[in-house]
Amino acid sequence: MRFMMLVKASPDSEAGVLPSREAVAAMGKYNEELIKAGVMLAGEGLHDSSKGARVSFSGQRRTVTDGPFTETKELIAGYWLIQVKSKEEAIEWASRVPFEDGEIEIRQVFEDSEFPPEVLPPEEAERERAMLEEVQRKAAKP
Amino acid sequence: MVGMAASDTHRAIDAVWRIESARLIAGLARIVRDVGLAEDLAQDALVAALEQWPESGVPRNPGAWLMSTAKHRAIDLLRRRERLGRKLEELGHEFEAAEEGAAPDFEAALDDEIGDDLLRLVFTACHPVLSTDARVALTLRLLGGLTTQEIAYAFLVPEATVAQRIVRAKRTLAEARVPFEVPRGAELAARLSSVLEVIYLVFNEGYSATAGDEWMRPALCEEALRLGRIMAELVPNEPEVHGLAGLMEIQASRMRARVGPSGEPILLLDQDRARWDHVLIRRGLAALERAKRLGGALGPYALQAAIAACHARARTPEETDWVRIAALYDALAQLAPSPVVELNRAVALAMAFGPATGLELVDTLTAEPSLKGYYLLPSVRGDLLAKLGRLDEARQEFERAASLTRNGRERTLLLVRAAACERGARPPLTG
Repeated sequence: MRFMMLVKASPDSEAGVLPSREAVAAMGKYNEELIKAGVMLAGEGLHDSSKGARVSFSGQRRTVTDGPFTETKELIAGYWLIQVKSKEEAIEWASRVPFEDGEIEIRQVFEDSEFPPEVLPPEEAERERAMLEEVQRKAAKP
Repeated sequence: MVGMAASDTHRAIDAVWRIESARLIAGLARIVRDVGLAEDLAQDALVAALEQWPESGVPRNPGAWLMSTAKHRAIDLLRRRERLGRKLEELGHEFEAAEEGAAPDFEAALDDEIGDDLLRLVFTACHPVLSTDARVALTLRLLGGLTTQEIAYAFLVPEATVAQRIVRAKRTLAEARVPFEVPRGAELAARLSSVLEVIYLVFNEGYSATAGDEWMRPALCEEALRLGRIMAELVPNEPEVHGLAGLMEIQASRMRARVGPSGEPILLLDQDRARWDHVLIRRGLAALERAKRLGGALGPYALQAAIAACHARARTPEETDWVRIAALYDALAQLAPSPVVELNRAVALAMAFGPATGLELVDTLTAEPSLKGYYLLPSVRGDLLAKLGRLDEARQEFERAASLTRNGRERTLLLVRAAACERGARPPLTG
């Protein structure tokens, strides 16, 4: 299963303050661990919210609000996408992130098979049914 | 983590085991020079963790805790075996050396060696003295951290069979005195290809499953992918390692598009490309780039990855670069000649240069004994004949293919095409 480890924003990350050299080195080592263990699929850091925007929906109306956004703790500053066997394994990896403070939120990624059938395109089922009918028709008149 | 419920702690220990077990066994095997004993010691340490951690909480560095517990047990064990006095001395030495950098950063002191130890473990688990089945079981057990039960589920065999396979494999390694080392020079290439073969076999077991536990099958693909990614970091200078990783990533990217809602197979050219996993495609293309950057001619895995990449890059089936695919199959046929590769080359040639060109090559394969009974030969031939308007011959080929396939849904598909030929309609194009 796949999990996203979401790094929450901090006043520093929102102010565009870059992490110290030590912090960057520690993070590099951690990423290397993830890669060597064969669990990391992707991971990126995000610019502060002043460089972003929000699009909100209300019926047909779209409203665009430019950043920055104030509720720092609710913002996301980066993420890892990892492939693991259990939520506990994801927690264990998240616990190893070399942070001194802050928060990481772990969220499971939907797998295709978890979607109910009506969400999947019905063409395949349709094609299958047509095929079966044709074979039966053929079998009926030898 | 103190304060967790006991069951939570157990699940946390499972997770730690999943992450640490291979490194733990590898590190111990270097010291005791016996993977069987190393695994026993690692298991003992796991039992100790299961006893102590629910009380004490999970230690801050669980890997180091397990390693030092196991090492102490190793020393206790060997002390009890007096006649192994000399070995004990050696062991004490190794132990001290490992402990030297201890307290503040035990792990960092071991860091450089961990990669080497893991690699030794990979080569030992895939050693040629073992049967293929034994290599697969041992690799999943020692490197994947899978339980005997999980391996048994995945391969649809009784648990006792797997358990016995693993016990025998460990005994064989001990009896043959297989050294715990990374092979050098000329031996390395042959031994590496044995490792890659085992990984790809695990992948294919999961990927081409026609039966079995639906949950465990994709898990095998994931496990093979993980092993492939680990190998790519352990031996980063071997292009074929990246070739295999790339091949598996791209093949796995189609996993959810290749089966319809009621389990029927969907051929590559009919797949909904929007449902391909683009994270995996990106990783696969990057792995292939790494293989290419290392220089030299592409090996069989990298060539197959390059073929898969041609499909992955095409936004629509019509955009597929069939001329390039035909050339890649040509290179593959020269490196690893096989009738199945020729058959695939024929399909590519037909797509690139027209059905007549493909049929010419297919017709040279009909007498091939190893393809006798292989349903894809008449299926491909039927397809090409139909495209050339030779519908009566095409129908016969589709019917023959239908009688040869063991997959019910595939049979249905082939009978539909045969029926279409009979009606004189051109059947839908497929690859």
